Amino acid sequence: MSNAPLLEVRGLNAWYGESHVLHGVDLDIREGETVTLLGRNGAGKTTTLRAIMGILRRREGVIRLRDKDLLALPLHKVAQAGIGYVPEERGIFASLTVAENLTLPPNVSDGGMSIDEIYTLFPNLHERRSSQGTKLSGGEQQMLAIARILRTGAKIILLDEPTEGLAPVIVQRIGDVLIALKERGMTILLVEQNFRFARKVADRFYLMEDGRMVNSFPGHELDARMDELHEVLGV
Amino acid sequence: MSTIFGIPTPALYGQILIGLINGSFYAMLSLGLAVIFGLLRVINFTHGAQYMLGAFAAYLLLTYAGISYWPSLVLAPLLVGAVAIVIERFMLRRLYGLDPLYGLLLTFGLALIFEGAFRHWFGAAGKPYAPPAQLTGALNLGFMFMPIYRGWVVAASLFVCLGTWLLIEKTRLGAYLRAATENATLVQAFGVNVPLLLTLTYGLGAALAALAGVLAAPIYQVSPLMGSNLIIVVFAVVVVGGMGSILGAIVTGYVLGVLEGLTKVFYPEASSIVIFVIMAIVLLVRPAGLFGREE
Repeated sequence: MSNAPLLEVRGLNAWYGESHVLHGVDLDIREGETVTLLGRNGAGKTTTLRAIMGILRRREGVIRLRDKDLLALPLHKVAQAGIGYVPEERGIFASLTVAENLTLPPNVSDGGMSIDEIYTLFPNLHERRSSQGTKLSGGEQQMLAIARILRTGAKIILLDEPTEGLAPVIVQRIGDVLIALKERGMTILLVEQNFRFARKVADRFYLMEDGRMVNSFPGHELDARMDELHEVLGV
Repeated sequence: MSTIFGIPTPALYGQILIGLINGSFYAMLSLGLAVIFGLLRVINFTHGAQYMLGAFAAYLLLTYAGISYWPSLVLAPLLVGAVAIVIERFMLRRLYGLDPLYGLLLTFGLALIFEGAFRHWFGAAGKPYAPPAQLTGALNLGFMFMPIYRGWVVAASLFVCLGTWLLIEKTRLGAYLRAATENATLVQAFGVNVPLLLTLTYGLGAALAALAGVLAAPIYQVSPLMGSNLIIVVFAVVVVGGMGSILGAIVTGYVLGVLEGLTKVFYPEASSIVIFVIMAIVLLVRPAGLFGREE
């Protein structure tokens, strides 16, 4: 694990139309790290992911993957540079089967999981590979949304609230999957409201409020900072 | 002479065949419109002109370059597709994300320009285009005589529709197209070059229209307005099938063609409006069309 960050975000500002939604966001992720963004609804967590990905186009600042400037790239080149995106709404396509959903994202580098490995990790997807993508349960759709990025060989995966609206047993399963990914050396940027879930996987936390990064701390300090977090997150 | 419901059977079969021929063109044209609308959200009013350009390309290739029907079947769609790609790159592309009305106005304006220019150069009268020698004559089917060229058109259009359907439903490129029709941004965020996909799709839709134009050249005469007469019916077919539905466009094309033919036999007065009556009823009962998904 090198010390130079794999993904480096400096002074990132972003706008939805006229409204200024990110104010000078700084963020570093080193290779193999799992970093979690915490914050209330509307704090700018999802927006940060969308701005890094380039889905949100009106941006200023610096976004670098290794030495590559992502800000200048058209949307489809960002994925090709090695970033995989799992959106909050999961984005499973109704007009594609489960297997077609799984193989939709083009490979961006070697070293992605093979279809067999994925079906071993997610046996449900194998059983239902010929079903329409959106006929899967919410949990299975989330697994599919993660699985299809693992196939592509992306270096870093942006995961937006993977546990939202899912039953505890499924949340547990997704936690196991993330831990397995960490063990394989995958770099993960996670947005999560459920910090009982996040504490199990995160190496570091960033805290966001009103489109700004207000704090960051290593994972083992989470317990000591509970009071502070309760205040900022209002939970 | 045998009759069905008091109608002589040769007349009935004849009209069913004409219905199938018309249906073949409805299906090929509405297929292209549906693919373009599904992905680009553009109502391509240039489609009729692109069909006309296909027929004219075949006519001009034959008249000025001596290139016969068979090579034209490939060359004309390539030429018209290339023109469409230029239109998409330099004009249509600027209108994505705006009110769909802008795309409609642009494509309608282009159709008027193409049709006006060809009327200026070649006059409004139709130009004859002979079917290839291999496809002349008629076949005795036992119950009727079928001109071989007409049988060829029905077979070729079925083949083209099936091929396009397979391309969209069974290939990787088709999966990109279907997914991008649902959520283009996400597909692009996965690393697919969606702007290129849009360009190719518009080119493919126009090429399909041009191919229909070449097939039509020996049946209808080649004239600058041949497309504008047809395109209104084709829009009705797309609406009945369900905007953006591939299978809907194909099935509805043939079915409405045959229904129109049957109406000519049983109640000729209604034959030119029957498709629009069906469209009105479908819009009342199922606004998303017979094969469309309610949104």
